[in-house]
Parts: sequence; structure tokens; C-alpha cells
Amino acid sequence: MPKFETISQLEEYRRRLLAQRDAQAPQVLVCGGPGCLPMGSEEVAAAFQQELKQRGLAAKVILKESGCQGLCARAVKVMLRPREITYQQVTPEDVPEIVEETLVKGKILERLCYQADDGAVKAKKSEIPFYQGQHPLVLGKMDLIDPTSLDDYLAAGGYRAIPHIFGKMSPEAVIDVVERSGLRGRGGGGFPTGRKWRLCRQVPGDVKYLICNGDEGDPGAFMDRAVMEGDPHAVLEGMIIGGYAIGANQGFIYVRHEYPLAVKRLSLAIDQARASGLLGADLLGSGFNFDVKISKGAGAFVCGEETALIASMEGNIGEPRNRPPFPAQHGLWGKPTVINNVESWANVPEIINQGPEWYAAIGTDKSKGTKVFSLVGAVNNTGLVEVPMGTTLRQMVYELGGGIRGGGDFKAVQTGGPSGGCIPKQYLDLPVDYDSLQSVGSIMGSGGMIVMDEHSCMVDVARYFMSFLNDESCGKCTPCREGTKHLLEILTAITKGEGQEEHLALMEELCVTMKDASLCGLGQSAANPVLSTLKYFREEYEAHILQKKCPALVCRPLLKYTIDPETCTGCLACVRECPADAIRGEAGEPQELDQALCVKCGMCHAMCKFDAVKVES
Amino acid sequence: MINQEKLDTILTRYEASSANLIPVLQDIQDEFNYLPKDELKLVAGKLQVPLTQVYSVATFFKMFSLEPKGRHQIRVCLGTACHLRGGQRLVETVSRRLGVETGHATQDLQFSLETVGCLGSCAQAPLMMIDDKYFGRMAVDKVPKILKPYKNQDQD
Repeated sequence: MPKFETISQLEEYRRRLLAQRDAQAPQVLVCGGPGCLPMGSEEVAAAFQQELKQRGLAAKVILKESGCQGLCARAVKVMLRPREITYQQVTPEDVPEIVEETLVKGKILERLCYQADDGAVKAKKSEIPFYQGQHPLVLGKMDLIDPTSLDDYLAAGGYRAIPHIFGKMSPEAVIDVVERSGLRGRGGGGFPTGRKWRLCRQVPGDVKYLICNGDEGDPGAFMDRAVMEGDPHAVLEGMIIGGYAIGANQGFIYVRHEYPLAVKRLSLAIDQARASGLLGADLLGSGFNFDVKISKGAGAFVCGEETALIASMEGNIGEPRNRPPFPAQHGLWGKPTVINNVESWANVPEIINQGPEWYAAIGTDKSKGTKVFSLVGAVNNTGLVEVPMGTTLRQMVYELGGGIRGGGDFKAVQTGGPSGGCIPKQYLDLPVDYDSLQSVGSIMGSGGMIVMDEHSCMVDVARYFMSFLNDESCGKCTPCREGTKHLLEILTAITKGEGQEEHLALMEELCVTMKDASLCGLGQSAANPVLSTLKYFREEYEAHILQKKCPALVCRPLLKYTIDPETCTGCLACVRECPADAIRGEAGEPQELDQALCVKCGMCHAMCKFDAVKVES
Repeated sequence: MINQEKLDTILTRYEASSANLIPVLQDIQDEFNYLPKDELKLVAGKLQVPLTQVYSVATFFKMFSLEPKGRHQIRVCLGTACHLRGGQRLVETVSRRLGVETGHATQDLQFSLETVGCLGSCAQAPLMMIDDKYFGRMAVDKVPKILKPYKNQDQD
């Protein structure tokens, strides 16, 4: 890789690269995204490498580990280009057959393809319902490139936005484009990105900073992880454009330490960009200097809040402070600082490439462009989806998501992580954008979308989030510190069957106070999971309080486990796992569960292969 | 007993500025597997940060530990998707199998057990990690087999 000193050198290199590459050459792309990695994608890739080598095909077939290919439910996924054949649930044992039948003979292995409900085989990506209706823009390069290859990124049109701006657009013109595109912050708040940049640009000062917030802390959201790991140069490209626009020469990427692979991939991308002159002094002869450093988080949810993030980058504990002044005015080390989330940065290059009108034509009136959601929980097709803003919940759950797993009933979808709410069935036709989600008591957040069916208890969900928030509250301001603690105490009491009717009004009062009086977004929005469940699922609270029952059979203290003597085979699997030694009986004979000793952990229920352990409330 | 050599190697990577407190502590945590008290005192002096600030940072963030962690770190995810699919029961199983409370290390320092807000592989819930390896779609009955290769040779 040469060091590019001018734009024409970069473009000449790209031309030669594309001329050398044969678009019809067979390629195997093994998905190494967040969904496939835990399911053994590395072993599948290693099996391909070995098989191709053994059969003397290593020089002919290009093997890559790609970023997230979307449909995590069918991990491990393998994409075969140029035919775009998508194989699913691939194991290392399948690899020799794939090489022999598909790569050598050109035959499609139907057993590894997606099958529609009517049994029709869908071999190609474009035929699979999960991908239809999606609008991949941020995720567009995920199944094309090897994220560790700058050449791949360039060949896919990467760093094409830089030649668009250097020498052709003034910083103000770049801001104008971003502003007209209507892009709003993808981290949750939805603040207009262009306006934030303009604010920072207008503040006097020679030194300005720019931060990419990769502290994706919302449980249930992993789109930023997928982008940082799967297309790291897109983040850098967005940041270079942002740095040029606001007049910053130094950028930082703040990544949570729970994402070791993201740190590794971004570090490599930064090294590659520096070596090729895409970061550093006098970028491509433009006179503009820009560099990026990685700052690793140390494990605190509150650091996703921008002022807390800055505090921790300065070597302090992650406590937020009052705004104004906003970071755009007074940020890192007192300098004007723009902070945008990973997905926001990754949107920027395409906005420059295709223009603000093109971008603004996607989405709804006030929410432009696409949004990546992590569609998880009780749906068949779990995974990352990128859809135009305004796509309805029903489309996401039933068309892309393939409906509720096990044919059950939809109960709610939780968006926005601990700052969001649970949206019930009557809003399934809600077009999803920043404002519509707020109107039903939730928020967009970073894009987590956890679908729940009748096996989820909404009181338990509220208690879960409150426990998370109580743990993560930094403790600086009283409403959040005390509010989360007391809400957690009340919710815990309710899930134990110790709730009282007046608890509901008391919780609502606490929620309002926290919303009004907390210092930062964490406390201000902490009430959402409680308020939304109270509003839409009040009858579940009442069942816990009045009847001491958990209808979803989740809240342990309200459950009763018994062993059905008719179905119990006496295999003793439950006996071995029971932490309380509450199950007695002879091997091969039906077992008996001593209610006085039972701690209701449900371990016996989880272990029983014969469905002999019954649970009721 | 201070391991001066290891500490010096870490400190030479950074400028002596309070802004580098967290990166220095992260390197010490990675290298020593915890934050030893005497080393922290030296860090405070070197970076010219009050020891109280070092202590507050060391106790605020989840990745730091003032007691030694185990050779293998088990992290069980309790993100929303994992919570709904039995993450809590998974933690309890690991805890009982190893005889260790969440947030602590086993007596032989072979394992430490922690829970995490989200590991970011929500589609494969429930999920756990041992060191850098992920285990998706976990079930309580898979735990013994997964733990086995990590156990001390002299153990069962």
C-alpha cells in the first residue's frame, strides 16, 4: 500500500485495484459478526482455509471473514460470491461438501439454504424475506469486504467522499450538506448532527476535538459493535469529514472495553490509514491535518452520556455535569468538542457521496435516512436490520423478523434500552422514528429492539432495568441515586408478592420527580421502563399485588414447582442440579419435590428433558 | 513487593499527565490482573494525581479490581435478551459449579466470575465469555463441559 500524497494518487490506486480484481472470481465470505462469532465462525473459516488448500484451490477462491451479514438467528452464515448464495447454520463439517458441490460443481446445497414457510428454497440473499424491505446504507459493505483490508474498503468505494470535499467544498458547505440531509444523532438523543457541527465550528478557538462515541452500553443493542468490527474505515472516513467541517485536527474513538475485537479492528484501520496518508499531516495534499486515537472505556454505562464520557477521558470518574455549556462549546479539556455516535459517523460518507437530497428522501418528515436495529428476543429471525425510518413495528417483527418464535403471541417490544419503554400490541402499526417512539413513552435510543412474548413478565422487565440503572447510576445527583434505589426496592417487593396497592401511585410520583430533577439523561429517562409498563400492562402489576401471581411464570417467589409422577422417569438430572437438595426419590422412580426446601430457582425445570417438572403461579 | 520493572514498562508508554490515569490503570489491570495497592501509590506520584482520585477511579469503573482476579475470567451476560432467556440461572449454575460468588475469584485463582451489562451478541442469548472466547445459546446443562478444559489439571 503506497502513501497517497494527492487525491489523484488515491484515485489512480483505486482504478488499478479495480482493474486487477476479477468481479467474477469465486469468493467465500464467512460471517465473523457479533452473532456468528459465538457460534463458531472462526472454526468454519479455518475449515475453509484447510479444505481450499488441500484441494489446491487456495489461489483460485478468495476466502474472507466478513463483518455482520445480518441474520444472526441462522449463524454461522457463509456468502458465496458472485452468485450471492447465502448458506446458513454452516458447521466445519459442511465445508468439504460446500467446496466440492458448490464451488467446484456449481450446485446449490438446498439443505443449507433459507427455507420459506411453504418449503420454497431461497438460495440468494435478495430472495430471503429478512433482507427484503431493508435499506442497507451503514451495513451496506458488511458482506462485501474483509474489515482488516483497506484495499477492500477502497475497492468498495470507500474514502470516495474525501476527494469530494478537499479542494471542492468549504467546511461550511460540508456542514450545510449534513444539515440539509436531516441526519440526527443515532446514539439516542436525535439531535441534528449538522446543527451540532455548526455550533462547534462557530465557537472561536484554534483547538477543537471530535469524538466518536462507541460506548454502546444499552443492553440489547449491538449495531455499533458490528460497524466498528465490520467496517471500521467507514467510521474513520466520517470522522475525517467531520474534522474538516468543524476545524478539528484530533479525533478520538471511545470504545467500551467489553468490545475487544472492535478495539483491535479500529486500531488496525487507524494504522492502515496513517500509513497510506489518509490520516496524519497534510491529508492528500489538502493542507488539512487530522489524526485519530482510541480511548478505551473502563466499564461504566453512564459514560455513554457525553459529559461523563469527557470526564473519564480526562482521567476522572464518569460523572456527568450540567449542560449548558454543551460540549460543542466547552468539551474535552475545555475545548469545543463534537461527539457523535458510531452509526452517525458511518452515515456521513454516503451523505457526501450521494448528496443531502438523496438522503433526505429516505425516511419520514422529521427523521431522515435509515436506522439500524438489533432485532432480538422472541422473534424467529433475530439479527441486525437496517430499514428506512418510518418502517412499522409490525413490518419489523413479522416481515423481517418472521414472527414470534414458537408461534406464540406478541406482547411488547422494548426499544431504547434502559432509557426506553415497552410498546404494546396496539402500536404495532406505529411507523418507527424518533418522535413516534417518544409519543408512546419510549425512545429510539441506539436501536435495541427486544421483542417479548407471553413468557416475559413486564413487572420483571421493569425490575430488571431498574436494577441495571441502580447499579449504573453514578450517584452524583440525588433524584437518580435515590430514585433508582427506591424504585428497585418497590419493584422487587412486587415481584416477591409483597407489593401494596399504593405502591403504584408512589412509583409514578418517584418517576415524575426523577424525570424533572435528574442531572443527566440516565436519570431523566430511567423512569421510562416503569412508566410504560405501568401504563400498558397495569393488570400484570395488579396480578402480582392483589393475587400474588405472576401470569408469565417468571417471578420466582410467586412460582410453585412440582414433579408430575406420571411423566417423571427418575433419570435424576434434576436431583444433580438442585442447589437445595429438595428433590428426593430412587433412581428410575418418580421423584418428589419438597416444597419447604425448594428455592424456586427453576433449575429442575431447565434440566428436565421429559417435561415432568411443572410450574404454576 | 512492587514489580518495578513491569510498572516502569507501563509508565514509559504514557506522558506523566492525569489524562493518562485510566489508560495506565487499564494496562496495570491487564498486566497484573488487578490493581495492587503499592503500585497505585507510585502511579499517583508519577502522574501527579492525588491518591484519592486514583482510588475513586479504581473503584468507579467495572473493569478494575482491587483484589486479584482469576487466570480465566468468566463473564456471563445479563443484557436484556440474555435476562429474558435465563441469564440469571446461567450465572447461578457457573457460580455453584465453581464455588465462587459473582464478582470474586476461586480460591486457587483459576477463575473469576462476573456479570456484564451486555456483551453485544444479543441474538445468541444467553451468552457467556471465558477470556476472549464467546459461548452463545447457552444452557445450564452445557456448563460443565464448557468449563472442563479451563480447569486446573489437578482438579476433577
